Amino acid sequence: MAIEVRVPTILREYTGGAKVVSAEGATLQSAFDNLEANYPGIGGRLIDDSGLRRFINVYLNDEDVRFLDGLNTVIADQDTITILPAVAGG
Amino acid sequence: MLRISQELVDQIVRHAKADHPDEACGVIAGAAGTDTPKRFIPMINAARSTTFYEFDSSDLLKLYREMDDLDEEPVVIYHSHTATEAYPSRTDVTLAGEPGAHYVLVSTREHGQEAGPVEFRSYRIVDGEVTEEPVDVH
Repeated sequence: MAIEVRVPTILREYTGGAKVVSAEGATLQSAFDNLEANYPGIGGRLIDDSGLRRFINVYLNDEDVRFLDGLNTVIADQDTITILPAVAGG
Repeated sequence: MLRISQELVDQIVRHAKADHPDEACGVIAGAAGTDTPKRFIPMINAARSTTFYEFDSSDLLKLYREMDDLDEEPVVIYHSHTATEAYPSRTDVTLAGEPGAHYVLVSTREHGQEAGPVEFRSYRIVDGEVTEEPVDVH
């Protein structure tokens, strides 16, 4: 099951500069595991011990996965995952 | 160096004053690769806070899709400090996610919503390192 993953500028150092990569998995967690296997290091920028990092936004198609099932969100073929770092500060 | 028009500077300042004492935030997009800010996009501070700002998550997706479609980049990312100087806080540095952007900070601590000058400064924030840069207003 191949899905398209859109990678933000700040994480393209892991993907050899690629803006769009593909990943496989039935859930967001397994897609991220697959990404980490292909692009070592990227996983730690997305997930920490408590789950999805607070200031990383992940969207399945148009929906923030926090409003779906987070890392357990089920993914279907042809879905698009978009990763965007939060624009935030103090 | 940040080169920016007076009109865009005024728009940022107006937004910061209007939202004071909450922090105001937004982006000025420009054509990719030009380093020239053109399109002023004020954002809602979803945190509605005097000490924190965050773009709303669905607004953020919409913004990046729009810039992608128009072949634009976030040339300037701005926000205001309302009680402290216009210098990136530790949180600003930790969360800075656009190494190519000019991070503009303004401070409304002196005059709030009233008329009066606003501190306006620009920085690069790359790998946790802050470098202030000159601002050329034309």
